[in-house]
Amino acid sequence: MLQLIAFSTLNGVLYGMLLFMMASGLTLIFSMMGVLNFAHASFYMLGAYFGFEISRRVGFWPGLVLAPLMVGAIGALVERYGLRRLHRRGHVSELLFTFGLAFVVEELVQMVWGKLPVDYRVPPQLDFVAFRLFDTTYPAYRVFMLVIAVGMFAALLALLTRTRVGLIIQAALTHPDMVAMLGHDVPKIFMLVFGAGTALAGLAGVIAGPALVTQPDMASLLGPILFVVIVVGGLGSLTGAFVASLLIGLVQTFAVAMNFSFAEVLGPVAPPFLGDLWKVTIAELAPVVPYILLVLVLIFRPTGLMGRRES
Amino acid sequence: MNAALSLVDLRKSFGPVQIIRGVSLDIAEGERHAIIGPNGAGKSTLFNLVSGRIRPSSGEARLHGRPITGLSPFEINRRGLSRSFQITNVFPKMSVEENLRCAALWSLGYRYAFWTSIDRLSDVCERAELLMERVGLTARRHVPAGVLSYAEQRALEIGVTIGGSADVVLLDEPTAGMNNSETEQAVALIRKVTEGKTLVMVEHDMGVVFSLADRISVLVYGQIIASDTPERIRENPAVREAYLGEAAA
Amino acid sequence: MTARLSALAPWLAFAAILAAAPRVFPSATALTMMSVMGVMIIFALSYNMLLGQTGLLSFGHAVYYGLGGFVAIHAMNAVIHNKLGVSIPIIPLVGGLAGLAFGVLFGLVSTRRAGIVFSMISLGIGELVSSSSFILRTFFGGEEGITTNRSKLAPFFGHKFGPQLEVYYLIAVWCFFCVLAMYALTQTPFGRMCNAVRENPERVEFVGYSPRMVRLIAFCFSAFFAGIAGGLAAISFEIMNAQQLGAQQSSLVLLMAYIGGVGSFAGPIVGAVIITLLQIMLSDVTNAWQLYFGLMFIGVVMFAPEGVVGWTMLHLRALRGGAAWRLAPAYAAVGPALAASGAGAIMIIELTNRQLAEARSEGSAMRLFGFDLDASTLPPWIVAIALFALGTALVLRLWPRVGDAWVAVNTRLNFRGEG
Repeated sequence: MLQLIAFSTLNGVLYGMLLFMMASGLTLIFSMMGVLNFAHASFYMLGAYFGFEISRRVGFWPGLVLAPLMVGAIGALVERYGLRRLHRRGHVSELLFTFGLAFVVEELVQMVWGKLPVDYRVPPQLDFVAFRLFDTTYPAYRVFMLVIAVGMFAALLALLTRTRVGLIIQAALTHPDMVAMLGHDVPKIFMLVFGAGTALAGLAGVIAGPALVTQPDMASLLGPILFVVIVVGGLGSLTGAFVASLLIGLVQTFAVAMNFSFAEVLGPVAPPFLGDLWKVTIAELAPVVPYILLVLVLIFRPTGLMGRRES
Repeated sequence: MNAALSLVDLRKSFGPVQIIRGVSLDIAEGERHAIIGPNGAGKSTLFNLVSGRIRPSSGEARLHGRPITGLSPFEINRRGLSRSFQITNVFPKMSVEENLRCAALWSLGYRYAFWTSIDRLSDVCERAELLMERVGLTARRHVPAGVLSYAEQRALEIGVTIGGSADVVLLDEPTAGMNNSETEQAVALIRKVTEGKTLVMVEHDMGVVFSLADRISVLVYGQIIASDTPERIRENPAVREAYLGEAAA
Repeated sequence: MTARLSALAPWLAFAAILAAAPRVFPSATALTMMSVMGVMIIFALSYNMLLGQTGLLSFGHAVYYGLGGFVAIHAMNAVIHNKLGVSIPIIPLVGGLAGLAFGVLFGLVSTRRAGIVFSMISLGIGELVSSSSFILRTFFGGEEGITTNRSKLAPFFGHKFGPQLEVYYLIAVWCFFCVLAMYALTQTPFGRMCNAVRENPERVEFVGYSPRMVRLIAFCFSAFFAGIAGGLAAISFEIMNAQQLGAQQSSLVLLMAYIGGVGSFAGPIVGAVIITLLQIMLSDVTNAWQLYFGLMFIGVVMFAPEGVVGWTMLHLRALRGGAAWRLAPAYAAVGPALAASGAGAIMIIELTNRQLAEARSEGSAMRLFGFDLDASTLPPWIVAIALFALGTALVLRLWPRVGDAWVAVNTRLNFRGEG
């Protein structure tokens, strides 16, 4: 039991940090530019696939550096030549554009790499057991993932609060017009933030690829959960995104780990209308849990856990 | 006392900053009341508090004796209070006629009626006609609101504001950005359409204020420092010092 | 009298087209396609009640279509099993009522917020229902879905709706009345307030209406009609599976409404017809048809957000004002460049597709635009890239002419008072 809790906590925190890697970029982009990047999970997917290709030809470690940069570059280009034209038409156009982009990226990935998962492997240097707790081993690669995620979080915090660039970004988050009048090139900042946000998502993909399956529906599986995270956390709030990411990461991991059903706990005689629901195990419910959380939060706290009142 | 609108120690803070610091005011039925004050005094915030756009930190507002503090804007509107906006706030892609019809619907009792065509509702169409005539936009009835000239938009704004059956009307800087002749026309319009109603307006143009208002309140730093007839406000030394300066002749 | 007639004319024409279509296109494939179009017209119009009319962008509208269909199909099976005297024509109403019920349920949660949050909530609820479909196997039938046999219900004036032709006419009648009903809604006080909410929800409050209530009612109506479409689909396909309430189906209806044009009532009708046509025809010709859909969608978002109908209306306006001839030279210049660029892009996509996806299974020989090519050799690639590069460069160079031509047209039209 204790073993279950320990490992589920570790895995839950890891999953949560992974979600936060993506949710933070998404929140920054949204707060700054008002654009909700529907294709954010697609950049995550591209990161995984680029990481796969580079690790196949050159090596995992070069991939770790190059893939996010490539993804970030694509993101910057998308902003420069796509989104920028749509800024004046309003946020719905931008959202629809990123929606179309997500669609197209998924089709392209399927065309180039096929519909089946690709064999993106953990690099041999990290393919060992990190530690043993109770009876079960914990892979070193997961520890590596956790280190990278926490490191990224710390770096982001430091960047935003202690550097000049970070200060400008913080200011542009709430007052882009003022920042523009102070002489800063706001379109360029937008492009950089979009590129950085997507690069972060790409980084998450590069490290998650070997651990989770790398396949063309990665983006459509993770995308909705990502949006649940930011709505639950409160649109535009980084702390909210952090809390919500951890919350959903932990809850989903625990749900999968807890493999019992209502029937086992409450007895085999089900009320007549619940039928299937009675026999379902918590693990089977796991994919639905984030959305149930979404509905609950919306009922009791419509602006999200830490959202501001006005949207 | 039968005040149309009654504010009791109304306060509003945004975080640590106090914008409205205890405003108490009684406005009688049928009175034309102007609120003046330097920029940043909190006039728009006060309007927002009264009309339900934001919630007060403490204090009360009463409409015809019934409390309206904390109600949402549509609830307050249904009880008889209507307001205009400093920045024109109409339905830009809908025509003048459509705008005014929408303004008239609720007060004529139509609610969310989905079983009858709006063209058949003669009372709605008549009310819209009447409003269009009053604000002088009959010739522009099919023009989308967003395409109208600035003064026309301000006229439409007033039309939409009085389109319902509200008897307490709040006008937020109705003559902002107008030249002298447009202002004169606007003043005449306001006088005409608010006959028999209670009017509260925020204004910067002293000419407008002195020609329309029965009483004036002066808001400085979130507090009312004087509330009296126009002549006595003119002579009030505190007001002069805070606001009018030597220009008040 | 003539005003009355000109108002009725489009409806008479619509009815005539619906009635005559099977005579003009009697083949089985055509009948199936037209049946699908009928269903999709209702579905897309129901979607536009949210997007075009009330300004609510939903990414999970297929939920009401799918749930309506599932309830309808279970109802059909219940009727068959219990030998009830219910016949087919009433079944879509069952779907509609189911859609309405779920619309109320999910609408209460969804419509609390508007804008982007509403969109995300709709996505979340869509995924919720979609994921639940794997858990609730009895209702959703798991992987295989639920099937039925429509000819086993009680006959309706002797018709058992076995043949597709009878199903087509059933769909046509429902389609006509649904379109009529949805159009009528736009002319009501409620319909007008929906538009008002779309434009300025704050002002709506200050004229006495609750924007939340307006949105909720619009949501419920929208779900009702989507449910009817689902019920008709259940009858026509005789199978419902979880895919029909998933993200793909929700994306499809968004595509239909948007590409047709959300700014006019007829837009989604046109969009539904075009997309259904393309879906069926393109998927025969190429495997990359979904990619083309995505690119088309992005193209419309970026360059023609008014959609096909909006674009056509702009040109009709120019035509009526006698100013259209100004566009001709610019279009004549840009046209070939666009065609070259498009052909090049298609070639690149098809060649890539062949090389990467199908080379192993079908070899690299292929037929494109009537030419036999080998995708593993260099020449086709060179031609494709050259066409695309040159075409795009020319378009970029010549496009300002189109912009200028439109400025000239608009000035002319405004001068004549057509603005």
